[in-house]
Amino acid sequence: MNNLIVSPAPHVHTDNTVRKTMLNVIIALLPALVVAVIYFGFSALIVTGISVASCVLFEHLITTLLMKKRSTIGDLSAVVTGLLLAFNLPANLPWWIIVIGALVAIGIGKMTFGGLGNNPFNPALVGRVFLLISFPVQMTTWPVPEGFATKYIDAATAATPLGLINEGAVDNLPSTLDMLLGHMGGSFGEVSALALIIGGIYLLCRKVITWHIPVSILGTVAIFTTILWLAAPESYMNPCFHLLTGGLMLGAIFMATDYATSPMTPMGQIIYGVLIGIIVVVIRSWGAYPEGMSFAILIMNACTPLINHYCRPHRFGEKPKK
Amino acid sequence: MRTFRIGGLHPHDNKAFSAHKAIADVALPKQAIVPLAQHIGAPTKPVVAKGDKVLVGQVIAEAGGFMSANVHAPVSGTVNKVDSIVDSYGLPMPAIIIDVEGDEWLPEIDRTDTLEKTIKAEPKEIIGKIQAAGIVGLGGACFPTHVKLSPPPGNKAECLIVNAVECEPFLTCDHQLMLEHGEEIIVGIDIICKALSIDKAYIGIEGNKPDAIEKFQELVKGAVNHVEVVPLKLRYPQGGEKQLIDAVIRRQVPSGALPIATGAVVQNVATVFAVYQAVQKNRPLVDRIMTVTGPSVKNPGNYKVRFGTPLNEVLEAAGGVPEDTGKIICGGPMMGRAMANTNMPAHKRTSGLLLLPENISTRREPENCMRCGKCVDVCPMGLEPYLLSKMGDMRMWDEMEQHNVMDCIECGCCLYTCPSNRPLLDYIRMGKATVGGILRARAAAAKAAAEAAKNEEKK
Repeated sequence: MNNLIVSPAPHVHTDNTVRKTMLNVIIALLPALVVAVIYFGFSALIVTGISVASCVLFEHLITTLLMKKRSTIGDLSAVVTGLLLAFNLPANLPWWIIVIGALVAIGIGKMTFGGLGNNPFNPALVGRVFLLISFPVQMTTWPVPEGFATKYIDAATAATPLGLINEGAVDNLPSTLDMLLGHMGGSFGEVSALALIIGGIYLLCRKVITWHIPVSILGTVAIFTTILWLAAPESYMNPCFHLLTGGLMLGAIFMATDYATSPMTPMGQIIYGVLIGIIVVVIRSWGAYPEGMSFAILIMNACTPLINHYCRPHRFGEKPKK
Repeated sequence: MRTFRIGGLHPHDNKAFSAHKAIADVALPKQAIVPLAQHIGAPTKPVVAKGDKVLVGQVIAEAGGFMSANVHAPVSGTVNKVDSIVDSYGLPMPAIIIDVEGDEWLPEIDRTDTLEKTIKAEPKEIIGKIQAAGIVGLGGACFPTHVKLSPPPGNKAECLIVNAVECEPFLTCDHQLMLEHGEEIIVGIDIICKALSIDKAYIGIEGNKPDAIEKFQELVKGAVNHVEVVPLKLRYPQGGEKQLIDAVIRRQVPSGALPIATGAVVQNVATVFAVYQAVQKNRPLVDRIMTVTGPSVKNPGNYKVRFGTPLNEVLEAAGGVPEDTGKIICGGPMMGRAMANTNMPAHKRTSGLLLLPENISTRREPENCMRCGKCVDVCPMGLEPYLLSKMGDMRMWDEMEQHNVMDCIECGCCLYTCPSNRPLLDYIRMGKATVGGILRARAAAAKAAAEAAKNEEKK
């Protein structure tokens, strides 16, 4: 008989791994990428490629050269960060800006804190907001969705629906169907609400995420904007418009649900989602920026430890709170 | 179907290897090694010496107090020596070693299969018989049964819950016992109800044993008391005492309290059968049914093993240890203990032997916690394993205590479900041991201070 292996119980383990979880997120992002390629042509693929490659490369270099540890790129979390960062960028962004964004996302947003799971803020959003503040012109010059005719450099540009509203140009808005499918200006990964919802349903089915965060964000936005719209339809857009535009869908399904930066318990997740929804509508309606999803998520990321502190799971045998 | 309300998960049950295999006897060993401590509580005192002749069922070591259980000779023969062996976990195990000669039983033990339905004994007498027969909880904890049937003052038993859940993957011994000895188990339930002066009992059976559910639904019609079969939704750790009470009667044991606080007394189904044998047949606890199983075991099945039989011989009966074996576990895969060797004898606590192939015997490399919260979702006690393990890592004992670490039942759900393979339960166990020590020291200090104050007053 061989030497027996001795270890503490349990002796069996789930098949689930970090890598499988991340792979599921990548699969869920693919419909949105396909739509992006249909509307923005190869430039969407170029931006995605640069972003993913540089995120993976930076994580590899930082873990091996600076932290002197085993490279962690095998868990695919850097690929997810790269995809999400790319999805938040215009399809015609110069390559060097994307590389800077990836460096900030992985370097400052993630690895500074010790890598996967230790970051207080969503790394892709840290990168995105850094770029938005540092390169406001390039980051808000969106190409016209012309399919494969869209050029990576020197593309014709257009404003996003939210940008149009901010400027008061209500007449040029795309139709609701176009907004649902994603045929409008914007960061190329966020335009198609339909593709993102399909990805979200996949994540729910694979039990990667639960419904609490996306539903509470979208529900809050819907209710809040309905109230504003009913109160003053001439100054505020209808809830349907708000749900389908900007980074709301991408943020609610893929960014706010990031494990490390969102609360642990269902109750905490609902509080977190509701507050994100309120902040988004406040920024969109009265803020200087046309879109506020990134800021809303980052602000609530900062509140997550506090929410976790107050929203403990219900202990066994504990009397229900009255 | 009912189930418990917090956490839990559903590991692959892997029961097909040994399910429905008829209970087979393992041959008596040439030499039996009978451990002196086969239960939780005070160790026993040997009452035989080298050279003594013993019969099966004769007391060879007496209980060392109320919280203890007699040990009986599981074989007949001559006492070779009273010694200490090293058990399969590397710890010393005091034991009486008997050279087996024939199979002579004490004359008062009824070894026939006739079903004795009439319960002649009075409640006090029943508990006395159970105590004398050395019966302990056969689900794995080995808590002396007579203690459980004597609720502490201020507590009143309202119902009996028979634990026929067998939620550990791979194990099938309780299932087979129910199929083969259902009638006796029903009488056993009536006996325990009489001992506790109650008339309400539940049998909790998980839905993966439909034949047992059906059989018992038929059998309970013949019970004296109101016995209800409760089919339960498949969910681990439903066989945990607190989880089972919650699942069956929707009451949760408060943190730090005994299960009797809910009015429920939980007994494992194998224990109930042992109670029947002790009270109706005068037969003390000298053997048990063990599941020997694993993906590559030649004859996986349910084996009736006399205590003291070396586990090597039990494994031989199941076709030997397969070539690819990497780990041998005493018990199930979720809470069982991995053994360093198989020299230990079978005793009251060995509920099964699980042989895992080498390729699934090692843990995977841990990665960063990504805070997915899956451990929080599955914890049946509503704890936060990710947080407790981090506190354990940082030696934050006070914080661990505040976060209810002592409530942990060590079911293993958190470690099982962790996609990052974090050793969550290892840290929590360390925390439990340390916090438990702190609590005991604190209680001792408080007691000493109270006594000092009393003495001061007297002066």
